[in-house]
Amino acid sequence: MNKCYLGVDIGSISTKGVIIDENYNILKSNYIWTKASPIDAVKELINTLSIPDGYKLSGIGTTGSARKLIGLMLGANVVKNEIICHATGTLNFYPDCKTILEIGGQDSKIIILNNGIITDYAMNTLCAAGTGAFLSSQSKRIGVDISDFGSLALKSTNPVKIAARCTVFAESDLIHKAQLGYKKEDIVAGLCKSVVLNYLNNLAKGKKLKEPIVFQGGVSKNVGVVKYFNEVLNTKVIVDPNSHLMGAIGVAILSALDNSDSKFNLNINDIKFETKGYECKGCSNNCEVIRIIKNDKLIDSFGNKCEKGSVNN
Amino acid sequence: MEKVIAFPLMGNYFLPCNYLFSKLCNAKILVPPKITSKTVELGGKYSPEFICTPFKYTLGTYIECLENNANILIQMGGGCRYGYYFELQEKILKDLGYNFKYYNLVSKGNTDLKLIYKILKEINPKLNIIKALYFSFITIKMVNYMDDIDDYIRLNAPYQKNVGLLENINKEMLEEFRNVKSFYKLRKSYRKCKRKIKNIELKDKNKKIKIGIIGELYTLMEPFANNNIEKILKDSGVSVKRFTNVTYLLFEKGKKSKKYLKNLKNIKYKMGADAMDNIYYTKYLIDHNYDGIIHMKSSFCTPEIGNMGIISKMCEEKNMPVMFLTMDLNTSNVGFETRIEAFLDMIEMRKKNE
Repeated sequence: MNKCYLGVDIGSISTKGVIIDENYNILKSNYIWTKASPIDAVKELINTLSIPDGYKLSGIGTTGSARKLIGLMLGANVVKNEIICHATGTLNFYPDCKTILEIGGQDSKIIILNNGIITDYAMNTLCAAGTGAFLSSQSKRIGVDISDFGSLALKSTNPVKIAARCTVFAESDLIHKAQLGYKKEDIVAGLCKSVVLNYLNNLAKGKKLKEPIVFQGGVSKNVGVVKYFNEVLNTKVIVDPNSHLMGAIGVAILSALDNSDSKFNLNINDIKFETKGYECKGCSNNCEVIRIIKNDKLIDSFGNKCEKGSVNN
Repeated sequence: MEKVIAFPLMGNYFLPCNYLFSKLCNAKILVPPKITSKTVELGGKYSPEFICTPFKYTLGTYIECLENNANILIQMGGGCRYGYYFELQEKILKDLGYNFKYYNLVSKGNTDLKLIYKILKEINPKLNIIKALYFSFITIKMVNYMDDIDDYIRLNAPYQKNVGLLENINKEMLEEFRNVKSFYKLRKSYRKCKRKIKNIELKDKNKKIKIGIIGELYTLMEPFANNNIEKILKDSGVSVKRFTNVTYLLFEKGKKSKKYLKNLKNIKYKMGADAMDNIYYTKYLIDHNYDGIIHMKSSFCTPEIGNMGIISKMCEEKNMPVMFLTMDLNTSNVGFETRIEAFLDMIEMRKKNE
């Protein structure tokens, strides 16, 4: 029986899952919305990703902002941060890649590689400037579906100038320009360009972006943003057809490399998973502790600053 | 009215403070409650918007102490904007309607023993100078001993075979320090502790990651202000070198920083607070083959903002991984942990491929 590995990347906006074989080929994949409930999203994801015949599940990896929670739920053998996963996944397809640009829902990252080793990275710090969340909130304001955003942006010949750096200023700029009577496609193109400039100003500051440059994450599906990256960087950035799945592929590879002996199964439908948030009153910290309950049994808790909020209490 | 003395918190240093004041001041000492999100909220509420974070922490602690009937407050700050905390905090607290006396033990960034004696005499007019000198000496030694043990634990905790042994020995020593009667007793319990920790068996040191943490002093020394970074690093099996401690700041900085400045060819000025010292530490960490540097500061810390450019250039030239973290009043540490985890993973990858 051949071995296969599951990688799940649970982001703030979308949940991605892949099943790969021993040679890291993708057997199955899926991409669904998280809708602010990672547990339900993962249940839905697992139901659509059945293990192919003739394969045995030999590893599960989780990454993304809900990696801890889902890692517990699935019994994952690898729970890794997004940076390492994205780099591992990308290097599998582009071994000579030097720069990875990644724009996701709430995070954006830049990863600099040298001979397959991460030598530097940066993540956005405080605000949502230059992330997918900004684009999707603005798409609602303009009344254009986010999936049509890129193609509409390509139609524009004269993108409006929108303040790059801070989303609050970008938004007020956008409203003013719209009131002045600019065409919708010009505004959409301006938004795409502002995401690119924002990203480069915030994250890539002081870093040398060497080619080949790979662009991934949910926003890489937006052809408008890709166009302006090419224009601003004066090069051609590579966008893989599976660019949105890179994190999930990376963590699946890491779980394969882990060579775990434990038994994995995906029958999570019968298992009742619950998370309960409560405010610990042990001291004036008032930690918001999340307790994870599997079949009415408390298995873990996190969010506590001290022992008072731990599982034992 | 009964005198109740209170002081701000910074790591374990409340212990020597408590000791000194209780021996010399003939007053009740209020050991401030641990810093919690409530403290931070209180401090943030009454602070100017763009002040650095230690101001908010200490102000919050003062308010909590004043609510618990403290009426004499002690501040120990100088060097950068810290030097103005005293006047500004006094004004804010008076405006809030509290009635108290407020003393700054550090003047113009220097430890002035005469001034400290004058202040102590004012609090306790019956103070005997011989007694004052003797207990000050014990307190200074206590700080030195604590820092010495702390340095050793930070460097070696990840190598111990049974987790927590070193920390327990340290706890025992601190407990003994609390009520120590004489210098002889203090030195005895320090030596006992030192002997015990040296006897603890350590594993092979070569496999683990070594990291230096540098940056702004308060953020480095108060665990609540730095999201408990030392514990996170220790739990990930990282040996940590930290230069900044009270021994250095109060008693060694004067001499050593002149030496540091001479050693740095491109730096001509001290740049305020510990900015120049941190540049020297960067050089030290690079020269001693450390695996990475974490630079931490509170937001709006001007001296540290000044040295960030220089440090990142130095690290870039020598191919040294460096991460800059800015701490403010945020209390969620999920994003913080992701960044540290990724930083350590990156270092591990680099190490494997060397």
